[in-house]
Amino acid sequence: MSRIPQQVIPLVVIFTLALAALIVGRQLLVPESFGDLGHYRADAVGEVAALDISYAGAQACLDCHEDIYDTKQEGHHQGLSCETCHGPAANHAEAPDEFLPLVPRGRDYCTPCHGYNPARPSGFPQIIEENHNPGESCLTCHNSHNPATPESPQECAACHRPIVNQKLVSHHTNVECTTCHTVPDEHMSNPRLVRAKRPTEPETCGQCHSRSANSSKNIPRIDMQTHGNRYNCWDCHYPHSPEANR
Amino acid sequence: MKERPTMHRREFLRNFSRKIPTVLTLATIPIHKLAAAVEGEYKASDHAYAMGVDIHKCIGCGKCADACKTENKVPREPHFFRTWVERYVVPDEGPARVDSPNGGINGFPEQGEQNDVLRQFFVPKLCNHCQNAPCVQVCPVGATFTSEDGVVLVDDTYCVGCRYCIQACPYGARYLHPTKHVADKCTFCYHRITDGLLPACVEVCPNQARVFGELGQRSSPLRRLLRFNDIIVLKPGLNTEPKVFYAGADGEVR
Repeated sequence: MSRIPQQVIPLVVIFTLALAALIVGRQLLVPESFGDLGHYRADAVGEVAALDISYAGAQACLDCHEDIYDTKQEGHHQGLSCETCHGPAANHAEAPDEFLPLVPRGRDYCTPCHGYNPARPSGFPQIIEENHNPGESCLTCHNSHNPATPESPQECAACHRPIVNQKLVSHHTNVECTTCHTVPDEHMSNPRLVRAKRPTEPETCGQCHSRSANSSKNIPRIDMQTHGNRYNCWDCHYPHSPEANR
Repeated sequence: MKERPTMHRREFLRNFSRKIPTVLTLATIPIHKLAAAVEGEYKASDHAYAMGVDIHKCIGCGKCADACKTENKVPREPHFFRTWVERYVVPDEGPARVDSPNGGINGFPEQGEQNDVLRQFFVPKLCNHCQNAPCVQVCPVGATFTSEDGVVLVDDTYCVGCRYCIQACPYGARYLHPTKHVADKCTFCYHRITDGLLPACVEVCPNQARVFGELGQRSSPLRRLLRFNDIIVLKPGLNTEPKVFYAGADGEVR
């Protein structure tokens, strides 16, 4: 004992106590599963995964409503999940009689997607609510599970509203879509599979804009041989709004 | 000739009965494991989730933001969002005008007469579940973390609500929950995907603008989106390595 200096003994005691406090403190403060998988509480993963769901998923609907699924599969709404319109229905899937999902009937359920908005992609069917059978329920003409109209719309604006609106305020306002585009009949009923055709050669524009064209005097003319040399017309001009403000 | 060792019947039975519990325990273990394999018990390390967003398909209906709030019990007031939709209006000159009234849940009212619009489109936004997540790096208590399947989660019993992660997120994907006083964010609907369901926003998206899947899966809608489109991630210069991939978005999208 005499070999150990006297002042070391309290230091050893203090360090031992501090170490013991650290170990005990860690045991008490650090949660059980902390550090098992990383610098976090591993049990938290299970806790997040165990939360309740509100949306049952389309598969759950199919288990009972196969007939509606079949109808939906035939039309443009085939990619649509049931709960997009009918709202969260996990409780309905659990207890079908106790909880009933939404059965939307008003116009305001369709317009969030099908109301006209210029930022929507062209080709997506859009209506101007004020002009499209005002006051009438959408369901009068459309079956929401297969929403094709009794007659396919003949006017292009039904789906290409942003382009039509742009054209409407441009110098091309009186030019029919079909002046430049060839539209197969099948495109009206099957728009994604059978596409309308775009012009392939400058002569389409030349119908009106070439020097020799038989069209109104006010239409700007160009020399088809030299103008724009190797470029096609639409490489520089946007035909739906040709230099409207310039 | 050597004598064969003998065992009396009583001895044999005694020995045998002692071994019964061991044999039974050994026999049940593989059955449990087999059952787990048949039921498909979830193993996080087998998965690597990601999302694709096709800008050309988004119609800005806001169903995703609405479904997210329902599914995840996000407060209904504006400014609390796990996912939201932005409208980008690119004018002839100058920077794009971006707005997101109530996250797009109530639609996007027309902005009146605008003669200088070059093009406009919608961009759904959410947590990018970065591989190299700044929010995870700054959390002082280890309450936010990247799980083994690549989803950035918040441990809301452990979060102290210091807001460092909200500051650190370059995508504005986090908010402080007004009643729980902890950071909250998109979890890719972790409680759904671990159950084999799609995230709520993907489930309700009417035009399949959102695609969810696993990066390792060689045939999936996500794979197809990544294969056939020009893909960007948001703010690639920050080296966060997002796992939300945008198709059809350009430099205007921030």
